[in-house]
Amino acid sequence: MKLIKKDEFLNFVDSLIKIDPRRVIGVKSKGNKFIFDTLNSANELRLDYDVTILPPKKYFLPPTETLLKYDLTDKFSVEAVNEVTPLIIIGVHPYDLIALQQMDIVFRDTYQDHNYIRKREESILIGVNIQNVSPYSFAGSMGTATTEEGFDLMLTDLGDEYAIEIGSEKGEAILNKYAKIADADGDTINKVHDIKGKIASKFKKQLNFPPEELPKLLEENYDNELWEKNAQKCLSCGSCNLVCPTCYCFDVQDIVELNLRRGKRVRTWDGCLLEDFAKVATGENFREDRAARYRHRFMRKGKYLYDRFGFIACVGCGRCASACLPDIADPCKVFNALKEG
Amino acid sequence: MSNESIYLPRPATIKNITKFTESESLFELVMDDNRPLNHQPGQFVEVSIMGIGEAPISVSSSPTKKKSFEICVRAVGNVTRAMHRLKIGDKVGIRGPFGKGFDTEFLKGKDILFIAGGLGIAPLRSLINYVLDHRADYGRAIILYGCKAPHELLFREEVISWRKRKDIECHLTVDKVPEGEHWDHNVGVVTTLIPKIDFNPSTTYAVVCGPPIMYRFVIRTLKERGLAEDHIILSLERRMKCGVGKCGHCQINGIYVCQDGPVFNYSEIKDLPEAL
Repeated sequence: MKLIKKDEFLNFVDSLIKIDPRRVIGVKSKGNKFIFDTLNSANELRLDYDVTILPPKKYFLPPTETLLKYDLTDKFSVEAVNEVTPLIIIGVHPYDLIALQQMDIVFRDTYQDHNYIRKREESILIGVNIQNVSPYSFAGSMGTATTEEGFDLMLTDLGDEYAIEIGSEKGEAILNKYAKIADADGDTINKVHDIKGKIASKFKKQLNFPPEELPKLLEENYDNELWEKNAQKCLSCGSCNLVCPTCYCFDVQDIVELNLRRGKRVRTWDGCLLEDFAKVATGENFREDRAARYRHRFMRKGKYLYDRFGFIACVGCGRCASACLPDIADPCKVFNALKEG
Repeated sequence: MSNESIYLPRPATIKNITKFTESESLFELVMDDNRPLNHQPGQFVEVSIMGIGEAPISVSSSPTKKKSFEICVRAVGNVTRAMHRLKIGDKVGIRGPFGKGFDTEFLKGKDILFIAGGLGIAPLRSLINYVLDHRADYGRAIILYGCKAPHELLFREEVISWRKRKDIECHLTVDKVPEGEHWDHNVGVVTTLIPKIDFNPSTTYAVVCGPPIMYRFVIRTLKERGLAEDHIILSLERRMKCGVGKCGHCQINGIYVCQDGPVFNYSEIKDLPEAL
């Protein structure tokens, strides 16, 4: 573990920005909320944030991403596109780091999706332990309030300085090259350990049972009337999908330039709550019922992806709960209600 | 590890087009690199028309036909309608083959009851022709094929040739015979053929493909005839956008049709509420 004075940390970030301003992303304030955005100066950093509007997923699975470009004046002229900007993302909370590790598994499974994988491999993630808890978040009870992996560097605020855990050689290298650091002593290591141990208990919102019970609970409650009852209020807007750090479904579309000569194939974020999500060309919609779509998202988070990959695909960030206008998307409320029966 | 994009289609050239009906044609394609597609019967490819998009289409030919492959396309969406505007010599993009096809090894020695409704004959034909090309390896081959009206019959000439063969049984039906059309065979949905044929439930496997509505009725009738659930094999349709288990559209509860299917044993999926 290393130590860095706060002003030295800001110098470190500024020197990274100076090397390549396009590369450095951090958490900034926007109105009274927070976002991941390109940093113009280290002073913009708000490492005391509670949660960002969108997770850092947007840098690895962009809302719109070109997969192919082609020339229509030729009989068949297509090339793969993989636009990679190696990013340094500063201020990622543990639940978002865990979500990214889950996405890594998905995009590496069987067919390797290099559009995602290369962006991940070339990026550096500097995490920060949670200082302020979002009222919507229940990460404390999901086991995602802290993490020992998934970061290149991990910061813990100690007042005048940050403790830095090193998670990778890449992380260590930029630190050694650009930052003025000291070694942390035993007391500091203990202090960080204490701070991390207390984070989970800061969350007021809690899942009332261990998350490991979710797959079975959801299986048993497939026909629970709660789905229909809540779905009656659902706007099918897909906001819960859009803000989720573990929603990765996408649509693929061809976009042709106005000259009709060149075009590109892009993927865009899609959401299983949207009405047309499972609709095929013949008009058949395999998940036409709003309640079935509403249920699908929870089943996917707590059971389907668990069955397939072995992880609970809800990290308790609470973004969906805050984005949902009719207030039915909160997984914590839904899971607790199912448990209570 | 290859860094090649899983979304990059390979070019294929249209060698032949056989028009079956107003909206359905058979396209014979050759990969431009001349490599065989190497598919299993029942697998699908993602067909690209650049500038329009991509659509999942099941391969209609048997892999025993090596130099080219065939897809039967109904003009119903953007890509498939654009496909029908193409001519011999034009190019399309191909990704795949994807998914799990029919287990031709497992079916060896078994009697096979093929049940096709409408365009469902397209994926089934890949297995039918495979079985016919390895006829001695399989038991009885019984084909039940139904469509809405006589003029909607696909693969007409081939179906006639199947009916002439002594080593297969082929029964046809249409839902209705519109005025002015001629029809010598059964009238009624494809389910009505099942009680009319004789088969041994312990040695027979039914292989079923058709529109969503068909499965429930066919499965019920097959079970009434004593066929065990694990003797029923289905090929299912879903929105398969990426073909590689990423985009999420083809999920039936927890399974991905593009990876775990499109061919399923009925016993695997019968408890999935979203399957049928």
